Amino acid sequence: MAVEILELARGTDDLALIGIQRRGVELAERIAKLIESQEGVVIPRGALDITLYRDDLETVGPKPVIGPTHIPGDLAGKHVVIVDDVLYTGRTVRAALDELADFGRPQRISLCVLIDRGGRELPIQADVVGATVKTSPGERVDVLVEELDGRDEVSLIRPVRAEAAT
Amino acid sequence: MTAVLGKDLIGLASLTPEQIRLILDTAEPFKDVSERPIKKVPALRGKTIVNLFFEASTRTRISFEFAEKRLSADTVNVASTGSSVQKGETLVDTARNLEAMRIDMVVIRHPSSGAAEFLGNRIRSNVINAGDGKHEHPTQALLDLLTLRDKFGKIAGLKVCIVGDVLHSRVARSNIWGLIKLGAEVAVCGPRTLLPRGIEQLGVRVIDHVEDAIQWADALNVLRLQLERMEAGFIPSVREYYRVFGVTAERVAKAPRALTIMHPGPMNRGVEIDSRVADGPHSVILAQVTNGVAVRMAVLYLLAGGKPELADAAKGAAVPD
Repeated sequence: MAVEILELARGTDDLALIGIQRRGVELAERIAKLIESQEGVVIPRGALDITLYRDDLETVGPKPVIGPTHIPGDLAGKHVVIVDDVLYTGRTVRAALDELADFGRPQRISLCVLIDRGGRELPIQADVVGATVKTSPGERVDVLVEELDGRDEVSLIRPVRAEAAT
Repeated sequence: MTAVLGKDLIGLASLTPEQIRLILDTAEPFKDVSERPIKKVPALRGKTIVNLFFEASTRTRISFEFAEKRLSADTVNVASTGSSVQKGETLVDTARNLEAMRIDMVVIRHPSSGAAEFLGNRIRSNVINAGDGKHEHPTQALLDLLTLRDKFGKIAGLKVCIVGDVLHSRVARSNIWGLIKLGAEVAVCGPRTLLPRGIEQLGVRVIDHVEDAIQWADALNVLRLQLERMEAGFIPSVREYYRVFGVTAERVAKAPRALTIMHPGPMNRGVEIDSRVADGPHSVILAQVTNGVAVRMAVLYLLAGGKPELADAAKGAAVPD
């Protein structure tokens, strides 16, 4: 994925990686380190918490924990790559695009996700995908990363049927 | 998920320590919003909030208005002067008329204790108490707690002394509830005529001399001497008050440790507090004002949304990853 991002950005000159809280931040960090070890340059990176840009506050209610948002300097002229763990409905990415626009006007924004699980509700596609997994709406895709969860793991969790639960 | 704070924020007396901590934690990211180039997030887009102020206020009203605007809500300010309140309309009628125009939240400041709760029980909109009589001023206490937490890293175990006119102070009441719930030790210091009788029963220590309070405390929260009460004979004179209870540089210099100084404003310089203290290195008075916007954003955000009936309607709709 790091190589693909380099190809996409045609080098590291204006590249900035921005992870979406929380697992996306760890993934962005890892990709940045990989690129840095290969290319010997420092990649600006940041974190974005999109909670305040969600479109479902009215229905889902406030999320108790809002993570920090940190944007590395001026985004004008940069090629920003948004990094997240799972791409599903596309609503998170929509919120992230809105939020980024409030911080500046990057030259270009791309999207990099570890897992694309389908099920899009908005016309949003990733530029770099780690793996594509076919899923249905009731299922859950969990990505665990060592930094937060103690181990690296991607699991597909099927819902327990209502009959089986009783 | 239902709203984590319930429908209204009336006071800290009715909140759990967990709810208070949740508000403080939620305020942290909102501090950053005010530091961004575009100081605005769309969280409350489309919400209409009425600021209903039946008492003079600069800081609190503007702080709420900034908080609302930085969350993208639409706001309307209603003051008692120049409104139909002057024509004798009752509080409930005023609020019901506003509700008929489809509002979502009311922030109310009122001279009568209990006004916010009274209103909250009678209208569907969320009600936030911005100070009701001598009862509570919850967002002020929350911003005081946030400022203390910023300074000391935690609230539990802190010794905080509230100095001055505790009797008339809703700020003092809300602070006492909040501080005790989060595990601080609380004292009050002032002339006995300005301390409510039986205040010890709240778990508060009474200190008679401001010199002793300065020896004891990690932080002083200096209250405004409500000069409008002076006619009532609570204290002999303003000069006498300053001589005996004034938080002066000479007194503060004798503190055994760096003494953090807070004041909810507006300050009477040279009455309850010495300018050299108010502007001194350990004063966090302006940090309190900055934190006020963040805390109010957190409260507005936590009270908004999470309508269970809407959540049911949206069931099946996917939650974004």
